[in-house]
Formats: sequence, structure tokens, C-alpha cells
Amino acid sequence: MRLDLNEIQHWIARGSRVLDLGCGDGTLLKYLVDTKQVEGYGLEIDPEQINRCIDKGLNVIEQNLDRGLGNFADNSFDTVLMTQALQTLHYPHLVLDEMLRVGKECIVTFPNFGHWKARWYLATRGRMPVSDLLPYQWYDTPNIHFCTFKDFEVLCREKNIKVIHRQVVNEASLKLLKDLAPNLFGETAIYHLSK
Amino acid sequence: MPDTFPADSVGLVSPQTLSFSEPLLLSCGKTLDQYQLVVETYGRLNASKSNAVLICHALSGHHHAAGYHSLDDRRPGWWDAYIGPGKPIDTNKFFVVALNNLGGCHGSTGPTSINPATGKPWGPDFPRLRVRDWVESQARLADRLGIDSWAAVIGGSLGGMQAMRWALEYPERVRHCVVIASSLKLTAQNIAFNETARQAIMSDPNFCEGRYLEQGTVPRSGLAVARMIGHITYLSDHAMGEKFGRELRRGSFTQGLDELVEFQIQSYLRHQGDSFANSFDANTYILMTRALDYFDLAREYDDDPVLAFRHAKARFLVVSFTTDWRFSPERSREIVNALTGANKSVVYADIESNYGHDAFLLPHARYQQVFGRYMASIDTGEV
Repeated sequence: MRLDLNEIQHWIARGSRVLDLGCGDGTLLKYLVDTKQVEGYGLEIDPEQINRCIDKGLNVIEQNLDRGLGNFADNSFDTVLMTQALQTLHYPHLVLDEMLRVGKECIVTFPNFGHWKARWYLATRGRMPVSDLLPYQWYDTPNIHFCTFKDFEVLCREKNIKVIHRQVVNEASLKLLKDLAPNLFGETAIYHLSK
Repeated sequence: MPDTFPADSVGLVSPQTLSFSEPLLLSCGKTLDQYQLVVETYGRLNASKSNAVLICHALSGHHHAAGYHSLDDRRPGWWDAYIGPGKPIDTNKFFVVALNNLGGCHGSTGPTSINPATGKPWGPDFPRLRVRDWVESQARLADRLGIDSWAAVIGGSLGGMQAMRWALEYPERVRHCVVIASSLKLTAQNIAFNETARQAIMSDPNFCEGRYLEQGTVPRSGLAVARMIGHITYLSDHAMGEKFGRELRRGSFTQGLDELVEFQIQSYLRHQGDSFANSFDANTYILMTRALDYFDLAREYDDDPVLAFRHAKARFLVVSFTTDWRFSPERSREIVNALTGANKSVVYADIESNYGHDAFLLPHARYQQVFGRYMASIDTGEV
């Protein structure tokens, strides 16, 4: 399981009601259903990913997140999740508002564009970073709204969003550096938020 | 003439007629003392009778959903693309039951049947039916077949309405509910189309207040126009344009010539209308369209679909098609939203198709994947 998914489960209560935005192939949702007995719904737009969710017996609903969550009532979920999808949205800040309206709590994960490798790539080559984690060229990437940890922190402050937990995850080796300078050495951010 | 059927076909099938003699109290207050249902089945019912699925047909459908009645058949049953070995409704796994609904004109008791009280065809006196009456008669069919609970009740359009009603009326008897290109209730525009179709039939001089069979005639042209209206609304602008464009069947626009011009679409629609008028009963058409108009899933649940679906125990698959404007994706989303609001299990897919409402009958790769994978995920208690 992806590192960020492994961290998230600690913040989900057993038997709670969970909405997973951009649930992909349903790996996390399936895990939460199996181990935490959550009542879960996943939203996804990619047909192949939807198929994989169906195979897993999950509740998956075809829905474009950029059109909002108007079909879900206020506070109708205990937790609204969005893993590694924030940077693909046309209106990430509005979706964030919607998540906090629909969910009592939210969990958001995203890749840190302030990571030293991205900075180094841009600084030395003068070109948009391409890496294992973000393997796309600038013109055909689904990731259209990159941000750094700092950027996200600023957005939360501006919106008066309460950060319950924040965590940075990495491929093992750089643990010490990650704790010292997360915006430079953290690869993936995990935020646990509430209104 | 072919000498075999396709490998993924259920092959040669034959309908059977089942008679029911226990009176059926209808929602209009009248009672049908006895009635017959024509049924086809495909696949085999397993020992625990846990693999049965019910196919609910739409406005002009019937019991012949898959396979062929003879080697001479030019076309298989109306949903053959989706029912058969290895198809989404896999007959290697499921025992499939398809029937002609009460009030139909393909062998089940309906307006063309003889009214035992008068010895004449029921005609316009056949009791007006609502979707729940069909569900009730289908429940008795399930009893007859020894099926306590359906692995799935499946329907498109008007059939989807029956499937949803099943899930509310008999929550213990429906484990999965598949609702395709359907709606919680018709919109005003949709009722308007139905009314125009009915008026076309009723204004045909041969309609004779619905007693045309007694008069030895048939309101063929009215029925044809009704079908033409329906047909236009089942297709998308794009599909019609792609298939017919402005192609001419005869005539030309040459200057100086006063030829009558006929577009291909005209001839196609007339052909559709004519062949329908030869195979369908006008009173049944009126009855079925009224059942469509009257249906409102949540009417008796305080007009709250969330409240309605709280009674359901099934898992749901809801499917819509992007260019369907008669039962638009928005209508399907209303179903999905009510289901999530009621905390029910649901899968929803909006299939990209150019073929409007008709798409639910046509082969389509993604539709087949979604449908097939969902059906494959159904547990019939067998390994």
C-alpha cells in the first residue's frame, strides 16, 4: 500500500461513514471497509478505475469532482478523503470547501512540489520536474495545480481551516531531514482537517 | 438461413404460459380473477435457487429477451446483447426469467385477451395498471418458480421503475437491483410526449373508443405515429444525424423540377411506425404509457426518495447514458443521490454513448464491462 494510505487509516474511526474523492482503483476504500468496517462511497471519473472498484464490490459513483459535491448533504460523512487528487483539480480550493461542508473531518494528501528534487531539477535544468513520483511532461500531466506544503498551509490559514494533524511521508532514508525541513525533504503531505 | 446459433447465444428458446387463478387486487381497486403470464427462462436454476434474476421489460418489450425461437429468426430477443453465456447477464451463472407483463400484448393477459365476464376482448375496459401491479404479479411468478429471493431484479427505462419498486415492496426478495436509464418519476416533458402519442392513437378513426377489435379493425396509423414520436425521443440528435443526415430516399431539388422529396429519416420512421403498428396493441400502448406517467417511487413516502430507499435492502447498480434526453443522466443521479442519502450500497456509471435512450439496448464496450463486472460480483452462494 502507498505510504500515505497506510498513515491515513489511523485517523478513520471504526464503522464511520467515509467518502473517498478520486478513489482510484479503490485500494484504500476496500482496506477501510475490510479492516474498519466503514460505510464507504468512492467518487471516480476514470472508467477503468471504476471497473476495478466494481470488481472489489465497492460503492463507486461516477462523478466529476470539479462540479462540486452539491449532491451530498452538509455533514453527511464522518470523513471525506482525497488522496493524491488535489493537484488534478481545476478548482482545488473550492473542492476543499465542499469537502469541509460535507464531511465532519477531511483528510487530504498531495505530492509536495517543494521537495528538494523538484527544486533541484528546476534550478539546474530550467525545466519542469519529471520524476518517478511525478512522471508526466508539463503538457500532458493530469497534475495541473501543484503546491508545496507551505502553500497549502497558507491556504488553510486563509480559509480558517483547522489542521488536526499534519504529517509528511517519505521513502525511508531521509527521516531525520524530513522532520527538520519537511517542505524541502517531504515527498507527500497528509493533512487531517476540520472546520 | 444459418444452421447454428452464435456461440454466445442462449440458442433456441421457447416461451411458456403460466396461469394464475388466485385473484389479483390491483392498485386501481379492481381485481383480476385470473390471468396468464408468458415467460421465457435461460440458464439453469441452481439447487438452492439463489441464482435467479428477473428481467423487467420496458414500454414495448416482452418475454423474448434473448435467443431465437427458430433458425429462421432474423433477430434474437430484444436484450440478446446482454443475456447469454459469457455476456453481462451470464447464463452460465444465472437463471434468467423474462416475462411479458400483465396488460401486454405478447401473450400475457391484457387488453387483447378475452374478458371472461363479457366473452369479448377487454379492449379499453382492461384495468389500468401501475408499476406496483406488475411487481405484484411478478412476485407471484417468483412464488410459482419457487424463487424466494432474486439474485437481481434488472430493468431499463420502465423496467428500471419495476426493479426499484421491487426493492421497496419486497426488500427481502431482492439482493441486487439494476436500474438502467430510468427515473424516480417522469418529468412533465416526458408525460407530454406520452400524451401526444396517446392522442395520436385515440384520434385515429379506427380507434373506435378502444373497441377496435370488436369492430374488426386496428388504429394502425395512430399507433404508427405514436411509435414515431417515441422513436424520435429514444434517439439522440447526433445518432439520427449520423445515421440519416439529410440523405434523400427519392426525389431531387433540381431547379425546374417539382419532384416530391423524401428524406431517408422519413422513410425510416414510417417503417418503424408501420412495423410497430403490425405487432403491438394500441390499448396496451396506452396502458403502458399511463403506467409510466403515474409512476412516482416516493409518492407514498412523503415524496422523499431518501425515505423511500430506506426500505430497500438490495445493492444497486445505476447506469445512465450521456446523450439520453428522455431519461437523462440527471434522472439517474437523482436515484443515486437518494440511495447514498439513505445509506444504501450503490454503483453508478454514466456511459458515454451517442445513441440516446436506445443505448440501453445496444452493444457498447464500457456498458458491457460495467454491467458484466457488477453481475460477476454478485454472490450466488456457489463456488
